[in-house]
Amino acid sequence: MTGEVAVLGAGMHPWGKWGRGFVEYGTVAARAALADAGVDWRDVGSIVGADTVRGGYPGYVAGATFAKALGWQGARVASVYAACASGAQAVNTARAQILSGLADVVLVVGADAAPKGFFRPAGGDRPDDPDWLRFRVLGATNPTYFGLYARRRMAVHGDTLEDFAQVKVKNAAQGALNPNARYRKRVTAEEVAASTVVADPLRLLDICATSDGAAALVLSSMEFARRHEVADPVRIRAVSTVTPRFPTTVLDLPDIATDSAVAVEPAAETFRASIARAAYEEAGIGPEDLSLAEVYDLSTALELQWYEDLGLCGEGEAAKLLREGATAPGGRIPVNVSGGLASFGEAVPAQAIAQVCELTWQLRGTAGERQITGARVGITANQGLFGHGSSVIAVR
Amino acid sequence: MSRTRTRTPVVPGWFAGEGDDFRLLGTRCSACASVFFPREDAFCRNPGCPGGELAEVPLSRKGRVWSYTDSRYRPPSPYVSDPELEWQSYALIAVELEFERIVVLGQAVPGVTVADLTVGMEMEVVPGVLNEDAETTWTTWHWRPTGVGA
Ligand SMILES: [Zn+2]
Repeated sequence: MTGEVAVLGAGMHPWGKWGRGFVEYGTVAARAALADAGVDWRDVGSIVGADTVRGGYPGYVAGATFAKALGWQGARVASVYAACASGAQAVNTARAQILSGLADVVLVVGADAAPKGFFRPAGGDRPDDPDWLRFRVLGATNPTYFGLYARRRMAVHGDTLEDFAQVKVKNAAQGALNPNARYRKRVTAEEVAASTVVADPLRLLDICATSDGAAALVLSSMEFARRHEVADPVRIRAVSTVTPRFPTTVLDLPDIATDSAVAVEPAAETFRASIARAAYEEAGIGPEDLSLAEVYDLSTALELQWYEDLGLCGEGEAAKLLREGATAPGGRIPVNVSGGLASFGEAVPAQAIAQVCELTWQLRGTAGERQITGARVGITANQGLFGHGSSVIAVR
Repeated sequence: MSRTRTRTPVVPGWFAGEGDDFRLLGTRCSACASVFFPREDAFCRNPGCPGGELAEVPLSRKGRVWSYTDSRYRPPSPYVSDPELEWQSYALIAVELEFERIVVLGQAVPGVTVADLTVGMEMEVVPGVLNEDAETTWTTWHWRPTGVGA
Protein backbone atom coordinates (compact mmCIF):
# COMPACT_ATOMS: atom_id res chain seq x y z
CA MET A 1 0.00 0.00 0.00
CA THR A 2 1.22 3.49 -0.87
CA GLY A 3 1.68 5.97 1.97
CA GLU A 4 -0.93 8.57 2.80
CA VAL A 5 -0.80 12.33 2.53
CA ALA A 6 -2.81 14.75 4.64
CA VAL A 7 -5.35 17.21 3.29
CA LEU A 8 -4.68 20.29 5.40
CA GLY A 9 -6.82 22.74 3.50
CA ALA A 10 -9.48 22.97 0.81
CA GLY A 11 -10.82 26.05 -0.91
CA MET A 12 -12.89 27.06 -3.92
CA HIS A 13 -13.99 30.05 -5.91
CA PRO A 14 -17.72 29.65 -6.57
CA TRP A 15 -18.65 28.28 -10.01
CA GLY A 16 -20.51 30.55 -12.39
CA LYS A 17 -20.00 32.88 -15.31
CA TRP A 18 -18.22 35.74 -13.66
CA GLY A 19 -16.51 37.35 -16.65
CA ARG A 20 -13.07 37.51 -15.08
CA GLY A 21 -9.82 35.62 -15.68
CA PHE A 22 -8.83 32.18 -14.46
CA VAL A 23 -5.86 33.58 -12.52
CA GLU A 24 -8.15 35.56 -10.26
CA TYR A 25 -10.40 32.56 -9.62
CA GLY A 26 -7.41 30.32 -8.89
CA THR A 27 -5.87 32.84 -6.54
CA VAL A 28 -9.11 33.15 -4.58
CA ALA A 29 -9.31 29.35 -4.24
CA ALA A 30 -5.63 29.07 -3.28
CA ARG A 31 -5.92 31.75 -0.60
CA ALA A 32 -9.03 30.02 0.76
CA ALA A 33 -7.25 26.66 0.92
CA LEU A 34 -4.19 28.18 2.62
CA ALA A 35 -6.40 29.95 5.15
CA ASP A 36 -8.32 26.73 5.77
CA ALA A 37 -5.01 24.93 6.35
CA GLY A 38 -3.58 27.69 8.52
CA VAL A 39 -0.45 27.57 6.38
CA ASP A 40 1.49 30.65 5.26
CA TRP A 41 2.03 30.64 1.50
CA ARG A 42 5.72 31.35 2.12
CA ASP A 43 6.01 28.01 3.92
CA VAL A 44 4.70 26.05 0.93
CA GLY A 45 7.55 24.12 -0.69
CA SER A 46 5.86 23.28 -3.98
CA ILE A 47 2.96 24.41 -6.11
CA VAL A 48 1.25 22.29 -8.75
CA GLY A 49 -1.10 23.92 -11.24
CA ALA A 50 -3.71 22.11 -13.34
CA ASP A 51 -3.53 23.78 -16.74
CA THR A 52 -6.28 25.39 -18.75
CA VAL A 53 -6.07 25.53 -22.54
CA ARG A 54 -8.38 28.53 -22.62
CA GLY A 55 -6.25 31.17 -20.93
CA GLY A 56 -3.41 31.66 -23.40
CA TYR A 57 0.17 30.91 -22.35
CA PRO A 58 -0.41 31.58 -18.64
CA GLY A 59 -2.90 28.70 -18.73
CA TYR A 60 -0.27 26.27 -20.05
CA VAL A 61 2.05 27.15 -17.17
CA ALA A 62 -0.66 27.42 -14.54
CA GLY A 63 1.59 26.44 -11.62
CA ALA A 64 3.92 29.35 -12.25
CA THR A 65 1.01 31.66 -13.05
CA PHE A 66 -0.60 31.01 -9.66
CA ALA A 67 2.79 31.20 -7.87
CA LYS A 68 3.38 34.64 -9.35
CA ALA A 69 -0.14 35.80 -8.48
CA LEU A 70 0.30 34.63 -4.88
CA GLY A 71 3.71 36.34 -4.78
CA TRP A 72 6.92 34.63 -5.89
CA GLN A 73 8.46 32.88 -2.90
CA GLY A 74 10.78 30.40 -4.58
CA ALA A 75 8.61 27.24 -4.36
CA ARG A 76 9.23 24.28 -6.63
CA VAL A 77 6.70 24.40 -9.50
CA ALA A 78 4.92 21.95 -11.81
CA SER A 79 2.07 22.35 -14.29
CA VAL A 80 0.09 19.40 -15.57
CA TYR A 81 -2.54 18.84 -18.21
CA ALA A 82 -4.84 15.85 -18.67
CA ALA A 83 -8.11 17.44 -19.82
CA CYS A 84 -10.86 16.68 -17.28
CA ALA A 85 -8.37 14.60 -15.30
CA SER A 86 -5.89 17.46 -14.89
CA GLY A 87 -6.86 17.98 -11.27
CA ALA A 88 -6.16 14.37 -10.35
CA GLN A 89 -2.79 14.57 -12.07
CA ALA A 90 -2.04 17.69 -10.03
CA VAL A 91 -3.04 15.95 -6.79
CA ASN A 92 -0.95 12.95 -7.74
CA THR A 93 2.08 15.07 -8.60
CA ALA A 94 1.82 16.74 -5.22
CA ARG A 95 1.41 13.39 -3.50
CA ALA A 96 4.45 11.92 -5.25
CA GLN A 97 6.57 14.87 -4.16
CA ILE A 98 5.40 14.53 -0.56
CA LEU A 99 5.84 10.75 -0.39
CA SER A 100 9.30 10.94 -1.96
CA GLY A 101 10.38 13.63 0.48
CA LEU A 102 10.80 16.34 -2.15
CA ALA A 103 8.29 18.59 -0.40
CA ASP A 104 6.51 18.76 2.95
CA VAL A 105 3.62 21.00 1.94
CA VAL A 106 2.24 21.36 -1.59
CA LEU A 107 -0.43 23.71 -2.91
CA VAL A 108 -2.59 22.30 -5.73
CA VAL A 109 -4.65 24.75 -7.81
CA GLY A 110 -6.93 24.42 -10.83
CA ALA A 111 -9.01 27.20 -12.39
CA ASP A 112 -10.83 27.91 -15.61
CA ALA A 113 -12.72 30.66 -17.36
CA ALA A 114 -14.95 28.79 -19.78
CA PRO A 115 -16.25 29.94 -23.14
CA LYS A 116 -19.95 30.06 -24.02
CA GLY A 117 -21.58 27.04 -25.62
CA PHE A 118 -19.91 23.86 -26.83
CA PHE A 119 -16.28 23.25 -26.05
CA ARG A 120 -14.44 23.46 -29.35
CA PRO A 121 -10.93 22.52 -30.41
CA ALA A 122 -8.12 25.07 -30.48
CA GLY A 123 -7.96 27.11 -33.71
CA GLY A 124 -6.11 26.31 -36.93
CA ASP A 125 -6.29 23.39 -39.37
CA ARG A 126 -4.87 20.28 -37.71
CA PRO A 127 -5.87 17.18 -39.68
CA ASP A 128 -3.55 15.05 -37.51
CA ASP A 129 -5.43 15.99 -34.30
CA PRO A 130 -8.36 13.65 -33.49
CA ASP A 131 -10.02 16.45 -31.53
CA TRP A 132 -9.98 18.69 -34.62
CA LEU A 133 -11.03 15.83 -36.90
CA ARG A 134 -14.15 14.87 -34.95
CA PHE A 135 -15.47 18.40 -35.29
CA ARG A 136 -14.42 18.87 -38.93
CA VAL A 137 -15.50 15.49 -40.26
CA LEU A 138 -18.51 14.67 -38.08
CA GLY A 139 -19.49 17.77 -36.15
CA ALA A 140 -19.24 15.50 -33.13
CA THR A 141 -19.48 17.72 -30.05
CA ASN A 142 -19.05 16.44 -26.49
CA PRO A 143 -22.85 15.96 -26.13
CA THR A 144 -22.70 13.69 -29.21
CA TYR A 145 -20.72 11.17 -27.18
CA PHE A 146 -22.98 11.62 -24.14
CA GLY A 147 -25.96 10.93 -26.39
CA LEU A 148 -24.37 7.78 -27.78
CA TYR A 149 -23.67 6.43 -24.26
CA ALA A 150 -27.18 7.27 -23.09
CA ARG A 151 -28.87 5.57 -26.05
CA ARG A 152 -26.63 2.54 -25.64
CA ARG A 153 -27.65 2.24 -21.97
CA MET A 154 -31.33 2.51 -22.92
CA ALA A 155 -30.94 -0.25 -25.51
CA VAL A 156 -28.75 -2.60 -23.48
CA HIS A 157 -29.90 -2.01 -19.90
CA GLY A 158 -33.39 -0.59 -20.31
CA ASP A 159 -32.61 2.78 -18.70
CA THR A 160 -35.33 5.32 -19.33
CA LEU A 161 -35.46 9.08 -19.86
CA GLU A 162 -37.21 9.25 -16.48
CA ASP A 163 -34.17 7.58 -14.87
CA PHE A 164 -31.86 10.14 -16.45
CA ALA A 165 -34.11 12.99 -15.29
CA GLN A 166 -34.11 11.59 -11.76
CA VAL A 167 -30.31 11.94 -11.64
CA LYS A 168 -30.71 15.64 -12.41
CA VAL A 169 -33.45 16.02 -9.81
CA LYS A 170 -31.23 14.37 -7.19
CA ASN A 171 -28.14 16.42 -8.00
CA ALA A 172 -29.97 19.74 -8.35
CA ALA A 173 -31.44 19.25 -4.86
CA GLN A 174 -27.89 18.95 -3.53
CA GLY A 175 -26.62 21.87 -5.60
CA ALA A 176 -29.32 24.00 -4.01
CA LEU A 177 -27.54 23.38 -0.69
CA ASN A 178 -24.04 24.18 -1.96
CA PRO A 179 -22.83 27.80 -1.85
CA ASN A 180 -20.06 27.01 -4.36
CA ALA A 181 -22.45 25.60 -6.97
CA ARG A 182 -23.47 27.63 -10.01
CA TYR A 183 -27.05 26.30 -10.21
CA ARG A 184 -28.78 26.50 -6.87
CA LYS A 185 -32.36 25.78 -7.82
CA ARG A 186 -34.11 22.48 -7.41
CA VAL A 187 -35.26 20.94 -10.68
CA THR A 188 -38.27 18.71 -11.32
CA ALA A 189 -38.46 15.74 -13.65
CA GLU A 190 -41.04 17.68 -15.64
CA GLU A 191 -38.57 20.53 -16.15
CA VAL A 192 -35.96 18.09 -17.44
CA ALA A 193 -38.49 16.54 -19.81
CA ALA A 194 -39.56 19.98 -21.03
CA SER A 195 -36.03 21.15 -21.77
CA THR A 196 -34.90 21.09 -25.37
CA VAL A 197 -33.18 18.04 -26.88
CA VAL A 198 -29.48 18.69 -27.51
CA ALA A 199 -28.22 15.27 -28.54
CA ASP A 200 -30.95 12.64 -28.69
CA PRO A 201 -31.95 11.20 -26.22
CA LEU A 202 -30.41 13.82 -23.93
CA ARG A 203 -31.94 17.18 -23.14
CA LEU A 204 -30.37 20.41 -22.05
CA LEU A 205 -30.91 19.59 -18.37
CA ASP A 206 -29.29 16.15 -18.83
CA ILE A 207 -26.02 17.73 -19.93
CA CYS A 208 -23.60 19.71 -17.82
CA ALA A 209 -22.78 23.31 -18.70
CA THR A 210 -19.34 24.88 -18.91
CA SER A 211 -18.44 27.22 -16.06
CA ASP A 212 -15.85 29.48 -14.53
CA GLY A 213 -14.53 28.16 -11.26
CA ALA A 214 -11.50 27.23 -9.19
CA ALA A 215 -10.52 24.75 -6.51
CA ALA A 216 -7.38 24.31 -4.43
CA LEU A 217 -5.96 21.93 -1.85
CA VAL A 218 -3.09 22.16 0.60
CA LEU A 219 -1.54 18.70 0.94
CA SER A 220 1.22 17.71 3.34
CA SER A 221 3.13 14.80 4.76
CA MET A 222 1.52 13.09 7.75
CA GLU A 223 4.56 14.15 9.76
CA PHE A 224 4.02 17.82 8.84
CA ALA A 225 0.34 17.50 9.76
CA ARG A 226 1.31 16.24 13.21
CA ARG A 227 3.80 19.10 13.68
CA HIS A 228 1.04 21.42 12.51
CA GLU A 229 -1.12 19.94 15.30
CA VAL A 230 -3.72 18.40 13.05
CA ALA A 231 -4.23 15.12 14.87
CA ASP A 232 -6.77 13.46 12.61
CA PRO A 233 -6.58 14.96 9.13
CA VAL A 234 -8.44 13.75 6.08
CA ARG A 235 -5.92 11.58 4.25
CA ILE A 236 -5.58 10.78 0.57
CA ARG A 237 -5.03 7.06 0.39
CA ALA A 238 -5.11 6.45 -3.35
CA VAL A 239 -4.86 8.35 -6.60
CA SER A 240 -5.56 6.40 -9.77
CA THR A 241 -4.19 7.92 -12.96
CA VAL A 242 -4.28 4.81 -15.17
CA THR A 243 -4.54 4.71 -18.95
CA PRO A 244 -6.66 2.35 -21.09
CA ARG A 245 -5.51 -1.03 -22.34
CA PHE A 246 -5.46 -1.99 -26.02
CA PRO A 247 -7.91 -2.63 -27.54
CA THR A 248 -10.45 -0.12 -26.24
CA THR A 249 -14.04 -1.15 -26.90
CA VAL A 250 -15.98 1.94 -25.80
CA LEU A 251 -16.06 4.86 -28.20
CA ASP A 252 -14.43 7.63 -26.19
CA LEU A 253 -14.00 11.32 -26.77
CA PRO A 254 -12.46 12.50 -29.05
CA ASP A 255 -12.16 9.32 -31.12
CA ILE A 256 -13.98 8.54 -34.36
CA ALA A 257 -13.57 4.79 -33.84
CA THR A 258 -12.67 2.28 -31.15
CA ASP A 259 -9.64 0.06 -31.45
CA SER A 260 -10.19 -3.13 -33.39
CA ALA A 261 -10.42 -6.25 -31.25
CA VAL A 262 -9.83 -8.58 -34.18
CA ALA A 263 -6.31 -9.58 -33.09
CA VAL A 264 -6.30 -9.04 -29.33
CA GLU A 265 -9.11 -10.00 -26.95
CA PRO A 266 -10.19 -6.94 -24.94
CA ALA A 267 -9.82 -6.91 -21.17
CA ALA A 268 -12.92 -8.07 -19.31
CA GLU A 269 -13.31 -4.69 -17.63
CA THR A 270 -13.74 -1.36 -19.40
CA PHE A 271 -11.33 1.52 -19.01
CA ARG A 272 -13.64 3.34 -16.62
CA ALA A 273 -13.97 0.26 -14.41
CA SER A 274 -10.19 -0.12 -14.38
CA ILE A 275 -9.79 3.45 -13.11
CA ALA A 276 -11.79 2.64 -9.98
CA ARG A 277 -10.24 -0.80 -9.50
CA ALA A 278 -6.75 0.70 -9.46
CA ALA A 279 -7.86 3.17 -6.79
CA TYR A 280 -9.49 0.46 -4.67
CA GLU A 281 -6.41 -1.75 -4.91
CA GLU A 282 -4.10 1.08 -3.93
CA ALA A 283 -6.30 2.04 -0.98
CA GLY A 284 -6.88 -1.55 0.12
CA ILE A 285 -10.63 -1.04 0.25
CA GLY A 286 -13.65 -1.98 -1.84
CA PRO A 287 -16.88 -0.32 -2.92
CA GLU A 288 -18.63 -1.74 0.16
CA ASP A 289 -16.44 0.49 2.37
CA LEU A 290 -17.52 3.76 0.77
CA SER A 291 -19.53 6.43 2.56
CA LEU A 292 -19.96 8.58 -0.55
CA ALA A 293 -18.80 9.06 -4.14
CA GLU A 294 -18.28 12.12 -6.32
CA VAL A 295 -18.45 11.11 -9.98
CA TYR A 296 -18.14 13.00 -13.24
CA ASP A 297 -21.74 13.47 -14.35
CA LEU A 298 -21.04 15.16 -17.67
CA SER A 299 -24.49 13.81 -18.42
CA THR A 300 -27.16 12.26 -16.26
CA ALA A 301 -26.74 8.93 -18.05
CA LEU A 302 -23.00 8.99 -17.44
CA GLU A 303 -23.58 9.21 -13.69
CA LEU A 304 -25.49 5.93 -13.92
CA GLN A 305 -22.61 4.39 -15.87
CA TRP A 306 -20.21 5.35 -13.07
CA TYR A 307 -22.34 3.47 -10.49
CA GLU A 308 -21.50 0.29 -12.36
CA ASP A 309 -17.90 1.23 -13.10
CA LEU A 310 -17.30 1.96 -9.41
CA GLY A 311 -18.82 -1.39 -8.45
CA LEU A 312 -21.66 0.21 -6.50
CA CYS A 313 -23.93 -2.27 -8.29
CA GLY A 314 -23.68 -4.89 -11.00
CA GLU A 315 -23.64 -4.14 -14.72
CA GLY A 316 -27.00 -2.86 -15.90
CA GLU A 317 -28.27 -2.28 -12.35
CA ALA A 318 -27.52 1.43 -12.02
CA ALA A 319 -31.02 2.65 -12.74
CA LYS A 320 -32.37 0.21 -10.14
CA LEU A 321 -29.88 1.57 -7.59
CA LEU A 322 -31.04 5.09 -8.38
CA ARG A 323 -34.73 4.21 -8.20
CA GLU A 324 -34.17 2.61 -4.78
CA GLY A 325 -32.73 5.89 -3.55
CA ALA A 326 -29.43 4.25 -2.66
CA THR A 327 -27.42 7.05 -4.27
CA ALA A 328 -29.42 9.90 -2.72
CA PRO A 329 -28.51 11.43 0.67
CA GLY A 330 -29.57 8.97 3.35
CA GLY A 331 -29.16 6.07 0.94
CA ARG A 332 -26.57 3.29 1.09
CA ILE A 333 -24.02 5.14 -1.03
CA PRO A 334 -24.86 8.78 -1.76
CA VAL A 335 -23.40 10.00 -5.07
CA ASN A 336 -22.63 13.61 -5.95
CA VAL A 337 -23.78 15.12 -2.69
CA SER A 338 -21.97 18.29 -3.82
CA GLY A 339 -24.56 18.61 -6.58
CA GLY A 340 -22.11 17.26 -9.15
CA LEU A 341 -21.40 18.73 -12.54
CA ALA A 342 -25.16 19.07 -12.95
CA SER A 343 -25.06 21.87 -10.39
CA PHE A 344 -21.56 23.19 -11.03
CA GLY A 345 -21.03 23.02 -14.79
CA GLU A 346 -17.61 21.91 -15.84
CA ALA A 347 -14.55 24.05 -15.07
CA VAL A 348 -12.15 21.52 -16.55
CA PRO A 349 -8.88 21.83 -14.59
CA ALA A 350 -10.67 22.64 -11.33
CA GLN A 351 -13.26 19.91 -11.39
CA ALA A 352 -11.30 16.90 -10.14
CA ILE A 353 -9.83 19.08 -7.37
CA ALA A 354 -13.31 20.30 -6.44
CA GLN A 355 -14.39 16.67 -6.06
CA VAL A 356 -11.65 16.19 -3.46
CA CYS A 357 -12.69 19.43 -1.70
CA GLU A 358 -16.18 17.96 -1.24
CA LEU A 359 -14.75 14.70 0.12
CA THR A 360 -12.61 16.72 2.52
CA TRP A 361 -15.54 18.68 3.92
CA GLN A 362 -17.71 15.57 4.14
CA LEU A 363 -15.04 13.52 5.92
CA ARG A 364 -14.36 16.38 8.32
CA GLY A 365 -18.09 16.59 9.04
CA THR A 366 -18.24 20.23 8.01
CA ALA A 367 -20.40 19.96 4.88
CA GLY A 368 -23.33 21.73 6.51
CA GLU A 369 -26.73 20.90 5.08
CA ARG A 370 -25.12 18.46 2.65
CA GLN A 371 -23.38 16.48 5.40
CA ILE A 372 -23.54 12.69 5.10
CA THR A 373 -23.68 11.40 8.66
CA GLY A 374 -20.57 9.55 9.77
CA ALA A 375 -18.75 9.77 6.42
CA ARG A 376 -15.39 7.97 6.69
CA VAL A 377 -14.38 6.95 3.16
CA GLY A 378 -15.01 8.75 -0.10
CA ILE A 379 -14.07 8.20 -3.73
CA THR A 380 -13.94 10.53 -6.70
CA ALA A 381 -14.02 9.33 -10.28
CA ASN A 382 -13.54 10.99 -13.60
CA GLN A 383 -12.02 10.49 -16.98
CA GLY A 384 -10.05 12.96 -19.07
CA LEU A 385 -10.22 12.79 -22.83
CA PHE A 386 -7.31 11.14 -24.65
CA GLY A 387 -7.13 8.30 -22.08
CA HIS A 388 -6.71 9.80 -18.62
CA GLY A 389 -8.09 7.94 -15.65
CA SER A 390 -8.76 9.90 -12.49
CA SER A 391 -9.90 8.61 -9.14
CA VAL A 392 -9.02 9.69 -5.60
CA ILE A 393 -9.86 7.86 -2.40
CA ALA A 394 -9.83 9.86 0.82
CA VAL A 395 -10.38 8.55 4.35
CA ARG A 396 -10.60 9.81 7.87
CA MET B 1 -25.07 28.87 -63.46
CA SER B 2 -23.08 26.23 -61.62
CA ARG B 3 -19.41 25.71 -61.96
CA THR B 4 -17.64 22.40 -61.64
CA ARG B 5 -16.23 21.71 -58.23
CA THR B 6 -13.44 19.25 -57.52
CA ARG B 7 -14.53 16.29 -55.40
CA THR B 8 -12.00 15.92 -52.58
CA PRO B 9 -12.13 13.59 -49.56
CA VAL B 10 -12.34 15.59 -46.32
CA VAL B 11 -9.46 13.44 -45.07
CA PRO B 12 -7.15 11.82 -47.64
CA GLY B 13 -6.81 8.03 -47.48
CA TRP B 14 -9.76 7.27 -45.17
CA PHE B 15 -12.14 6.02 -47.87
CA ALA B 16 -12.27 5.39 -51.61
CA GLY B 17 -14.50 4.11 -54.38
CA GLU B 18 -17.92 4.94 -55.77
CA GLY B 19 -21.31 3.30 -55.40
CA ASP B 20 -21.16 -0.32 -54.24
CA ASP B 21 -17.36 -0.22 -54.34
CA PHE B 22 -17.16 2.53 -51.71
CA ARG B 23 -15.16 1.44 -48.66
CA LEU B 24 -13.65 2.90 -45.53
CA LEU B 25 -9.89 2.32 -45.66
CA GLY B 26 -7.88 1.22 -42.65
CA THR B 27 -4.54 -0.43 -42.25
CA ARG B 28 -3.66 -3.94 -41.05
CA CYS B 29 -0.50 -5.01 -39.27
CA SER B 30 1.33 -7.82 -41.04
CA ALA B 31 2.62 -9.21 -37.73
CA CYS B 32 -0.45 -9.30 -35.46
CA ALA B 33 -3.34 -8.65 -37.91
CA SER B 34 -4.68 -5.73 -35.85
CA VAL B 35 -6.76 -3.37 -37.96
CA PHE B 36 -6.66 0.39 -37.52
CA PHE B 37 -9.20 3.03 -38.43
CA PRO B 38 -8.39 5.87 -38.64
CA ARG B 39 -5.38 4.37 -40.34
CA GLU B 40 -2.03 3.98 -38.62
CA ASP B 41 0.75 4.10 -41.17
CA ALA B 42 3.86 4.29 -38.97
CA PHE B 43 3.53 1.88 -36.04
CA CYS B 44 1.21 -0.88 -34.86
CA ARG B 45 -0.45 0.15 -31.56
CA ASN B 46 -0.86 -3.39 -30.19
CA PRO B 47 1.52 -3.32 -27.17
CA GLY B 48 2.15 -7.05 -27.55
CA CYS B 49 3.13 -6.84 -31.20
CA PRO B 50 6.77 -7.04 -32.29
CA GLY B 51 5.87 -4.60 -35.05
CA GLY B 52 4.86 -5.36 -38.60
CA GLU B 53 4.24 -3.61 -41.89
CA LEU B 54 1.01 -1.65 -42.04
CA ALA B 55 -0.80 -2.24 -45.32
CA GLU B 56 -3.99 -0.52 -46.47
CA VAL B 57 -7.11 -2.63 -46.10
CA PRO B 58 -10.75 -1.91 -46.96
CA LEU B 59 -13.12 -2.32 -44.00
CA SER B 60 -16.34 -4.32 -44.12
CA ARG B 61 -19.08 -2.48 -45.91
CA LYS B 62 -21.80 -3.48 -43.46
CA GLY B 63 -22.17 -3.46 -39.72
CA ARG B 64 -24.72 -3.03 -36.95
CA VAL B 65 -25.73 0.03 -34.94
CA TRP B 66 -23.84 0.19 -31.62
CA SER B 67 -25.56 3.44 -30.72
CA TYR B 68 -26.82 6.66 -32.27
CA THR B 69 -27.63 10.27 -31.50
CA ASP B 70 -28.08 13.54 -33.33
CA SER B 71 -26.88 17.13 -33.42
CA ARG B 72 -29.79 19.45 -32.68
CA TYR B 73 -27.53 22.47 -32.48
CA ARG B 74 -25.03 23.76 -35.01
CA PRO B 75 -21.60 22.33 -34.13
CA PRO B 76 -18.80 24.88 -33.79
CA SER B 77 -15.97 25.36 -36.29
CA PRO B 78 -14.08 23.55 -37.77
CA TYR B 79 -17.42 21.93 -38.72
CA VAL B 80 -18.53 23.84 -41.79
CA SER B 81 -22.13 25.00 -42.11
CA ASP B 82 -23.80 28.02 -43.69
CA PRO B 83 -24.73 30.41 -40.85
CA GLU B 84 -27.26 32.03 -43.19
CA LEU B 85 -29.29 28.83 -43.35
CA GLU B 86 -31.45 27.41 -40.61
CA TRP B 87 -29.67 24.57 -38.89
CA GLN B 88 -30.75 21.11 -40.03
CA SER B 89 -29.93 18.43 -37.47
CA TYR B 90 -28.47 15.16 -38.66
CA ALA B 91 -28.09 11.76 -37.04
CA LEU B 92 -24.73 10.36 -35.96
CA ILE B 93 -24.38 6.60 -35.87
CA ALA B 94 -21.74 4.41 -34.25
CA VAL B 95 -21.60 1.19 -36.24
CA GLU B 96 -19.90 -2.01 -35.11
CA LEU B 97 -18.18 -3.96 -37.88
CA GLU B 98 -18.40 -7.62 -36.97
CA PHE B 99 -15.29 -8.87 -38.72
CA GLU B 100 -12.97 -6.07 -37.62
CA ARG B 101 -14.58 -5.83 -34.13
CA ILE B 102 -14.39 -2.08 -34.34
CA VAL B 103 -16.98 0.67 -33.82
CA VAL B 104 -16.86 3.52 -36.36
CA LEU B 105 -18.77 6.77 -35.96
CA GLY B 106 -20.29 8.49 -38.97
CA GLN B 107 -23.10 10.76 -40.07
CA ALA B 108 -26.28 9.15 -41.32
CA VAL B 109 -27.31 9.70 -44.93
CA PRO B 110 -29.47 12.81 -45.21
CA GLY B 111 -33.10 12.08 -44.40
CA VAL B 112 -32.43 9.34 -41.87
CA THR B 113 -33.31 10.53 -38.36
CA VAL B 114 -32.98 8.96 -34.93
CA ALA B 115 -36.62 7.91 -35.22
CA ASP B 116 -35.57 5.56 -38.04
CA LEU B 117 -32.84 3.86 -36.01
CA THR B 118 -32.50 1.12 -33.42
CA VAL B 119 -29.45 -0.42 -31.77
CA GLY B 120 -28.52 -3.59 -33.66
CA MET B 121 -29.99 -2.48 -37.01
CA GLU B 122 -27.85 -3.29 -40.05
CA MET B 123 -26.13 -0.38 -41.78
CA GLU B 124 -23.92 0.01 -44.82
CA VAL B 125 -21.31 2.59 -45.65
CA VAL B 126 -22.00 4.85 -48.63
CA PRO B 127 -20.27 7.88 -50.15
CA GLY B 128 -21.57 11.24 -49.00
CA VAL B 129 -20.96 14.96 -49.19
CA LEU B 130 -19.87 16.85 -46.08
CA ASN B 131 -19.96 20.38 -47.48
CA GLU B 132 -19.22 22.41 -50.59
CA ASP B 133 -17.34 25.65 -51.08
CA ALA B 134 -16.54 27.64 -54.20
CA GLU B 135 -14.02 25.20 -55.63
CA THR B 136 -14.49 21.95 -53.75
CA THR B 137 -17.07 19.34 -52.89
CA TRP B 138 -15.73 17.79 -49.69
CA THR B 139 -16.67 14.10 -49.61
CA THR B 140 -17.10 11.81 -46.62
CA TRP B 141 -18.69 8.51 -45.59
CA HIS B 142 -22.28 8.10 -44.48
CA TRP B 143 -24.11 5.23 -42.81
CA ARG B 144 -27.34 4.08 -44.45
CA PRO B 145 -29.83 1.49 -43.17
CA THR B 146 -29.87 -1.62 -45.35
CA GLY B 147 -33.45 -2.33 -44.38
CA VAL B 148 -32.38 -5.30 -42.26
CA GLY B 149 -33.56 -4.82 -38.68
CA ALA B 150 -31.98 -5.60 -35.33
ZN1 LIG C 1 0.89 -5.48 -34.91
